[in-house]
Amino acid sequence: MSGSTKDQILDFVRSRYPQAEIDESQDIFALGFVNSLFAMELVMFIEKTFAIAIPNDELKIDNFRTANTMAELVGRLSPARV
Amino acid sequence: MAILAESAPDTLRVTDRKSARAFVDTHIVPYADAYDRQGRVPEELLERMTAAGLWAPFLPPEVGGAGMDLVTLGEVHEEVGRGCSSVRSLLTVHTMVSWAVQRWGSPAQREQWAPALSRGDVLAAFCLSEPGAGSDASGISSNVVAKNGGWVLNGVKKWITNGQRADLFLVFARTATSIGAFLVPRNSPGVDVAPIEDMLGTRASMIAEVSFRDVVLGPDALLGPSGFTAGMVLTGTLDLGRYSVATGSVGIIQAALEACAAYASRRTVGGTLLKELPLIQAKLSDMVTDARAARLLVAEAGRLKDAGEASTIMATWVAKYFASTAAARHASEAVQIHGANGCGHDYPVARLYRDAKVMEIIEGSNEIQRITIAGQAEREII
Repeated sequence: MSGSTKDQILDFVRSRYPQAEIDESQDIFALGFVNSLFAMELVMFIEKTFAIAIPNDELKIDNFRTANTMAELVGRLSPARV
Repeated sequence: MAILAESAPDTLRVTDRKSARAFVDTHIVPYADAYDRQGRVPEELLERMTAAGLWAPFLPPEVGGAGMDLVTLGEVHEEVGRGCSSVRSLLTVHTMVSWAVQRWGSPAQREQWAPALSRGDVLAAFCLSEPGAGSDASGISSNVVAKNGGWVLNGVKKWITNGQRADLFLVFARTATSIGAFLVPRNSPGVDVAPIEDMLGTRASMIAEVSFRDVVLGPDALLGPSGFTAGMVLTGTLDLGRYSVATGSVGIIQAALEACAAYASRRTVGGTLLKELPLIQAKLSDMVTDARAARLLVAEAGRLKDAGEASTIMATWVAKYFASTAAARHASEAVQIHGANGCGHDYPVARLYRDAKVMEIIEGSNEIQRITIAGQAEREII
C-alpha cells in the first residue's frame, strides 16, 4: 500500500483535529473523533482525493477505523494505486 | 402528479438564473401573497414547475435531469425564494430526496424513483422531525423492525414540508443498531397525513403531520448503507437542504431590498421621498451589502459541492447561518420601512418577515449552527 495514501488520509484527519496525536494504526472511532459530520467529510475527502466512488457495501466501520484500513480500501477500489 | 407539459405549453425551461427569474416574475411573484393566504400552492403552478424542469435539474441526463451544477441550482433556488419561500420549500425537500436517491440508492432504487423524481411525476418530502425531536435528530423515536425480509415502520413525523401533497416520503427511523432512511410511498397502507394549518411562515408549503402505523415495507425500502455510515445519508441530505435554505434566504433579502427600493422611491414623508432620508438609505445599503455577502457565501458552498470538496459541509453551515439571520434582520427592517403598510396584505414584506423567521429554524436551528461552527473553529484554530 502506498505510503502517500496513508499520509494524505492522516493529514486530513489531523487537519480536522490538529491537537490530536494520531498515527496510521490508531482507531479514530475509539478516539471519539467520528460523528456523522466528520464521517461524511471523510468519505467525501477519500472519494475526491483518490478519484474513487465508495459503494454502499464498502461503507463499513471496519474500513474506516484507521488510516491503514482506509488506505487498503482505496487500494481495493483503485487497483492501479497499489 | 397529473399531467403537465401539455397543460403548460407556454412554459420555458429553466436552465439558469436568468430563465429562473423570468419564470418567477411571471408565474410566482404576482400570486405569492394569494398562496400565502390560501395556505397552499396550486396544482397549476406545480405543473408549470414540471414543464419548466424545476424539480430536480441537477440529476444526470440519463434519468431525465439536466445535469445542472449546484452553483446554478443555488441561483435558481434563490430566484424561486425571492418570489415565494413556500414554493422554494417544496423544491428544497424534493431536492433533498432526489439527491439522496441518486447518491445513496441502489441501481434498482434509482431506476424506480429517479426518473419520476426528475420529471416531477413523483413529488417527495423529507420526514425527520417528530413531535418530540427537532434539531436533535438522535432523539427520534420512529422505528423499523426487520420482518419477513423487509421492514415494519411505526412512528409520527411532524412539520413535514409538502407532506400534504407529496407522493413519496424519505423517512428516518431507528433500526436495531442505528438510524436508517426508508423510502415510503404515500399510498402505502398505514400511512396517514394530517394537514397542519396556520403556520407562522411558509404558510403555503403544505405542511403536515405524517403517521406510520405498522407500514409494511419491502427490503428495497432502505436507502443507503446501514451501520455507522447510515448517519451520512442524513448528514448529506440535510447539507443539501441547508444549502437550498441558504439560497432561499438570499432570495428573501433580495425581495426585501426590491420591495423597499420601490416603496422608498414613491412614498413621501413631509414632502421628502423616503429614499432621500439617511436612515432609510442606511437600511437599504445594509440590505445590498448583506445580499451580496450571503450570495457569495452560498456560491462558495456550491462551488465546493461541485468540486466534491469535504469542506462544503461547513461552508454550507456558515452560508445558511449568515443568510438566514440576515434575511430575518432585513425582512424586519423592510416592514419597518413600510410602516403600517408593511403590516398588511398590500405589500409582500409581511410575508417576507414571517417566512424569514422560519429560515432561522429549519434544517438546523441557528443555535445548532452556531454550536457546530464554533466546534469546527475550536478543532481547527484554538
